[in-house]
Amino acid sequence: MSNHTIPIVREQDFILIRSHIQELCAETGMNLINQTKLITAASELVRNILNYAKSGKVMMEIVSINARQGIKLTFTDEGPGIENLQAAMQDGYSTSSGMGLGLPGAKRLVSEFAIQSAPGKGTIVTLIHWKDGH
Amino acid sequence: MEKIPILRMGPFLLVTIQVDLYDQLALNLENDLISSISKTGAKGVLIDISALDIVDSFMGRILSNIASMSRLMDAGTVVVGMQPAVAITLVELGLKLHGVYTALTIEKGIALLQQQFTLRTSGQEEDTSSQDE
Repeated sequence: MSNHTIPIVREQDFILIRSHIQELCAETGMNLINQTKLITAASELVRNILNYAKSGKVMMEIVSINARQGIKLTFTDEGPGIENLQAAMQDGYSTSSGMGLGLPGAKRLVSEFAIQSAPGKGTIVTLIHWKDGH
Repeated sequence: MEKIPILRMGPFLLVTIQVDLYDQLALNLENDLISSISKTGAKGVLIDISALDIVDSFMGRILSNIASMSRLMDAGTVVVGMQPAVAITLVELGLKLHGVYTALTIEKGIALLQQQFTLRTSGQEEDTSSQDE
């Protein structure tokens, strides 16, 4: 299965990321609502990387398990990492001027969500959105 | 420098957002809009987001900010033309657009602003309906 990695350095990079996700959505036949959820989650994570880590990258690929197709996005950065992961996953928690919806909001929008982070070790967020949205 | 145009429509201002907002563009829009309201004495702002296929928490915050600022400048704000998939996504994201009125079309948005304006000028209601929470 082919995958594609795009660096995240400035806000405009999201345009390229979005169009690639749209291509993958078209390939899997994901409907508009699920596509919108996935792209919105991606937008939250791209903004998070730019706000906290300044730069990072995202790998985008189609995954399938037992004929079930979905899109997997892996966001990686080498930023300061997250000290309190539990707090960061709560609504309204933010160490910047944001609304604190980025991580918990993105998690609610997709089928599967995993985050790995430690102070000084960067952050890896992996999400999968299955074609049927479940 | 990219700029979002602000058009005057009688006593109201119309802003059509067709590109993704990034920090600087959003800040410019907030500033331009507030100075336009002050210059023209506009009584309402219509923000057309029908061209946006996503609204994330950042953009939601900008819309809320614009509504709060406009209210301080004695102008109402109506967001018009939200796509159904965007509405569904906003709810799951958990974004509450505090103080932001919505309408499906520009015509309905204008009607809403006119109604608010009449209420305000008649002085009977002190615009309690636009308060947060």
